[in-house]
Amino acid sequence: MTDAAANTPRKKSSIYATDANTKKRNAREARFRAFGLTAIGIGIAALVFLVVSIVGNGYNAFRQTYITIPVELAEQRLDPAGNRDPAEMARVTTFGYAPLLAQALQQHLQAEGIPMDGVNPRDLMAMISQEAPAQVRAMVLANPEIVGQTITLEMLAGGRIDGYFKNRVTLESAERDSNVSPAQLMLAEAMAAAGIIDTRFNWRFITGPDASGQRPEAAGLGVAILGSLYMMLVVLVLALPIGVAASIYLEEFAPQNRFTDIIEVNISNLAAVPSIVFGILGLAIFINFAGLPQSAPIVGGLVLTLMTLPTIIIATRAALRAVPPSIRDAALGLGASKMQAVFHHVLPLAMPGILTGTIIGLAQALGETAPLLLIGMVAFVREFPDAPPEGLFDPTSALPVQVFNWTQRSDPAFVERASGATIVLLVFLVCMNLLAVMLRRRFERRW
Amino acid sequence: MNDMRVVDRAVDAQDLKIDAKNVDVFYGTTHAIKGVNVEIQDKTVTAFIGPSGCGKSTFLRCLNRMNDTIDICRVTGDIRLEGEDIYHAKVDPVQLRAKVGMVFQKPNPFPKSIYDNVAYGPRIHGLAGNKADLDEIVEKSLKRAALWNEVKDRLDAPGTGLSGGQQQRLCIARAVATGPEVLLMDEPCSALDPIATAQVEELIDELRSRFSVVIVTHSMQQAARVSQKTAFFHLGELVEYDDTTQIFTNPKDPRTESYITGRIG
Repeated sequence: MTDAAANTPRKKSSIYATDANTKKRNAREARFRAFGLTAIGIGIAALVFLVVSIVGNGYNAFRQTYITIPVELAEQRLDPAGNRDPAEMARVTTFGYAPLLAQALQQHLQAEGIPMDGVNPRDLMAMISQEAPAQVRAMVLANPEIVGQTITLEMLAGGRIDGYFKNRVTLESAERDSNVSPAQLMLAEAMAAAGIIDTRFNWRFITGPDASGQRPEAAGLGVAILGSLYMMLVVLVLALPIGVAASIYLEEFAPQNRFTDIIEVNISNLAAVPSIVFGILGLAIFINFAGLPQSAPIVGGLVLTLMTLPTIIIATRAALRAVPPSIRDAALGLGASKMQAVFHHVLPLAMPGILTGTIIGLAQALGETAPLLLIGMVAFVREFPDAPPEGLFDPTSALPVQVFNWTQRSDPAFVERASGATIVLLVFLVCMNLLAVMLRRRFERRW
Repeated sequence: MNDMRVVDRAVDAQDLKIDAKNVDVFYGTTHAIKGVNVEIQDKTVTAFIGPSGCGKSTFLRCLNRMNDTIDICRVTGDIRLEGEDIYHAKVDPVQLRAKVGMVFQKPNPFPKSIYDNVAYGPRIHGLAGNKADLDEIVEKSLKRAALWNEVKDRLDAPGTGLSGGQQQRLCIARAVATGPEVLLMDEPCSALDPIATAQVEELIDELRSRFSVVIVTHSMQQAARVSQKTAFFHLGELVEYDDTTQIFTNPKDPRTESYITGRIG
């Protein structure tokens, strides 16, 4: 400010009257506030739209239609030798079981007095899921004693019948559908009225394994959830100690020179490397070079560890840097060694930040799909893995890959399954974030 | 606070505690301390005064090797604690800092309880065999820091919840608990109000009976009130070092005179 400007007398004015300059500034501020509010509004609207569309599509995956009828497990069909030897009974394939179920359904409908107008026995069988005979067979082989008895069975209804009760399939759409006829749907309606068909919560979706493209009604997430869980276990066990140790060394002990500068730049860059590159790396190193099995959670976990490490290191270093240097001075001034200063005073103060970073890293890893495709986790896996540690080497699927897989299948019933799987994935992420918040609260000491 | 009266206190002992000769300190290429020679006596309060950036804190931090924590800092020369070279290759700075305690400019209690703050030093140095010993050390240290009466009922309360002056006395108690021979204080009162400052100054005078205290201060009045020996630093050089009375009443160097009369600094 020059002297001349400082000495220019201000024009006399009332503070009640807003002058032009002030008006302009106020208008600018109002505009900026409006922009901010609009931006937040768009964000919230996008989020709401996303959640509503996913939940709207996906909640049906958590309900499933079952047909409950008494079935006579005829001995001459299931155990022709009559000796209840599971090895011999295993020779009867699902094709031996299917007619049994169809017959039982037909008899039950007759007994209930429900007419089967326009539905021939083959169509009637098609109303039961192809998965049902396999389930009954597994049940019989596990417990041969029930052969010869008449027991009440809950069987999965076919995908189209299930869709009818979820409003996915209508009488009109059935006319154009070669897989289902309006007559079958009418019959299903009558069966529902008689209490033979009902729709209820679908535990199988969460606990059961995946099913083939023709049996969407049987598809579940069990293997994928376990696979994702195993991978998170591997990531947590490897990435947390390695990441925290690396950060503490770099931040507190390493000398500041060209070498550590290069490491620092590289860590920051690694965080931005596309995840599929980590997949290629994993394929080359862990599978081709180290010879680890394909589709195994251990390989997925290792790849995701590599991917998560930079995130954890960056977050941990930021948390360590945020601890005031006066605390370090205080400890060192008392004659604490550098390590005592770090582990007794700095690390506890940095803990909330470290945990948040780790959980954000884990959440990122949980949702990662691309690198898993390259190491074979996209395979169709129905076998549950063993308990860890052996199970880490068994083939599994993963949640995001399962979503990817299901969206590629042709049967429209998989749309709801994929959305349902997304809901499960989101619930997992929300739970992890809640955990992060809780741990933060717990460790954060505002003294 | 305009009390320029020099408290006339006899120096109890004439034993040499720290002997620094030709100390030079470099921050990268900056020559921060230039050939400083100081002899610090036992059971004496020695004050370092001088304008900001004159190197008095830097020199203080050489005495317990806190400068080691700064990568670009390089110290040359000879600093001896009771005749032993503290920069000798065999010396572990951690062990040295247990003997030469430090109190910092800003009160920096650990975010732990009052008890744990004081007990931390004795714990890591294994000074207490059992809980009772530790309790005794904590009580003695807090009493020595004139804080015991204020906090004896709430030893479990967080140290950071105390007032500024109390926090600084807690830091002094923490430093005293380790049983040091020398206590370095880097502007211990600059963040405190006059009442807290008076309490801390009184405390410093009491501490003199057991330790050799070296205090860096901005305030000449404070140096005059608490110290027996005063060193005046200017632009990285030790301009004058003498009895406090001498410095404040009859300075030999014109720069010292300018500083204490308020013409420079």
